[in-house]
Amino acid sequence: MLTAPVLALVLTCLASLVLFAALGKPAGAALHALLLKPFLSWYSFSEVLLKMAPLLLIAQGLAIGFRANVFNIGAEGQFIVGALCASALPVYFPDGDFPLMLPAMIAFGALGGTVYALIAAALRTRFGASEILVTLMLALIAVQILNYLLLGPWKDPRGFNFPQTVMFPDNAMLPILFDGTRTNISLIFALLASVFAYLMMQHHFRGYQLRTAGLAPRAALYAGFSAPRMVWLGLGLGGLAAGIAGASEVAGPLGQLQRSVTSGYGYAAIIVAYVGGLNPLGIIGSSFLISVIYIGGDSATVSAGLPVAAVEVFQGLLLFFYLMTFTLIRFRIEIDRKVPA
Amino acid sequence: MSGLEFLLAGTLAASLPLLLAALGEMVVEKTGLLNLGLEGMMAIGAAIAFICVYHTGSHLLGFAAAALMSTFVAMLFAILVIGVKANEVAAGLAIGVLGLGLSALFGKSYESLTIKGLPKIDIPILSDIPVIGPTLLTQDIVVWLSILGTVALWWVLNRTKLGLIIAAVGENADAARSIGYPVVMIRLIAVAFGGAMCGLAGAYASTVYTPLWADGMIAGRGWIALALVVFGTWQTGRVAFGALLFGILSLGELTAQAMGVGLPSQVLSSLPYLVTILMLVVISRRRSGLI
Repeated sequence: MLTAPVLALVLTCLASLVLFAALGKPAGAALHALLLKPFLSWYSFSEVLLKMAPLLLIAQGLAIGFRANVFNIGAEGQFIVGALCASALPVYFPDGDFPLMLPAMIAFGALGGTVYALIAAALRTRFGASEILVTLMLALIAVQILNYLLLGPWKDPRGFNFPQTVMFPDNAMLPILFDGTRTNISLIFALLASVFAYLMMQHHFRGYQLRTAGLAPRAALYAGFSAPRMVWLGLGLGGLAAGIAGASEVAGPLGQLQRSVTSGYGYAAIIVAYVGGLNPLGIIGSSFLISVIYIGGDSATVSAGLPVAAVEVFQGLLLFFYLMTFTLIRFRIEIDRKVPA
Repeated sequence: MSGLEFLLAGTLAASLPLLLAALGEMVVEKTGLLNLGLEGMMAIGAAIAFICVYHTGSHLLGFAAAALMSTFVAMLFAILVIGVKANEVAAGLAIGVLGLGLSALFGKSYESLTIKGLPKIDIPILSDIPVIGPTLLTQDIVVWLSILGTVALWWVLNRTKLGLIIAAVGENADAARSIGYPVVMIRLIAVAFGGAMCGLAGAYASTVYTPLWADGMIAGRGWIALALVVFGTWQTGRVAFGALLFGILSLGELTAQAMGVGLPSQVLSSLPYLVTILMLVVISRRRSGLI
């Protein structure tokens, strides 16, 4: 099970080495920074864990849908809407005088993300509209909603005209997990989601239904598993996870709603889900790996002069090689020399 | 220049990257595939074209290099989807992310440099027509060539045997294969064509429309092009019309001012996506199948 991702990682490293060297960058130093630096200090390792929380959470939600052939590509949008809904409370109660502020924010975020994803489920089950394109379009619309709020009604009046909201009050912030770091309890949410995903997908009948719907849609149909229900469930759980992740982002490292909330976690989580083999345990590993690369990428900009985009190149190559090795390992190639009539 | 004149002069150029990328993707989707990597293929095309024009001064070379590079990235998609039958959604995203990353990796050191764009061509008589002459009808060579190319593509898809074969491959690959059409080859060529068109679209964006390169300069135009294919219901003429419409919308704030509309620009920027969702709902009611 580990062969494909490990092989993909090795190939990705080799390809990046060649690429960086061809661009005249110190390739060895770049790879060292990308893959090893994050482990060399407790603080940078804690940053890896901070990054890992949203990626892991979103990817677990998405993978459930992907296994049922429900392709939610717009987790980024559900993430943004989750962040927006959660931010509404501290924006309108900036003094923090709202009972149970933090739990309410997480609940708002979860609800927002879920509802936003379910729009696609409704259009798919009612009209047959492709959820791939609908979720993608909704994600692009979410960015515009975010821009509108940050430039207009939600802009911090004392924020020197920056597109951001007020800083959140203390009771709107997630508790820190380890003193002296930014790692917060959203990592616990993500790990709990992983346990839930594992139990549901591997040990519960609903997971069996979802997997069957993905592997053999006709068999699922004959067995009487409701196809619309799989769509609702696949999209809803993906949106739920992304919404909670979005809420955790504003209530965690950001501490306010700002444009950088659209940092692409929703898209990166798709890569995480696939490289993790759509398997709840595998996704824990892949989210850790991708987070290491994010943090390593930051230090590579300093130590090896790489642009931040090197992280994207690495992610893209990783998914490319994973998809390739995955099939080549599973299947044996036979060249059929007979030309079909 | 008044708002209306600005729109008349600017719309075609603003629409062009959308049009080229969307027509390429339309052909890909007509053969039954879906490549979500447009944004990345446009980005790498834009970077390569800029670098090439900066060093050689030749737009022709720039466009050619961009088309080649984006075709190469599209071939990576083909290897995954046609070659090893990987999931096309994941494959499209993989090359999309890769293209975006590579564009920044190559282009970073060219940021804030400038090159010359292409001159607008004065066509005798046409350019003398009042109002639209000096605006709508005074365009660069790429615009005129693209209009010709669009007509040519329409002709190939609707009036030739090749067009029929492409449609057959997309609608029923097994049937097409069983009567001897080279399904794999047709799809491979379509994906390559889609890549090349994205490369040209990116090249136009970075060397003609705004002759400079900046990280993230494609700014979602790949996604709009993807939406455009659906909006145009896979028909050349409608895609071209949609490109003009989305092009006007992409001029967003300026358009709003020109029309005296008091809407926030974000509403206008969201319109292509909203309309596409609406379009998906309307056409999906009549069609079965995923896309």
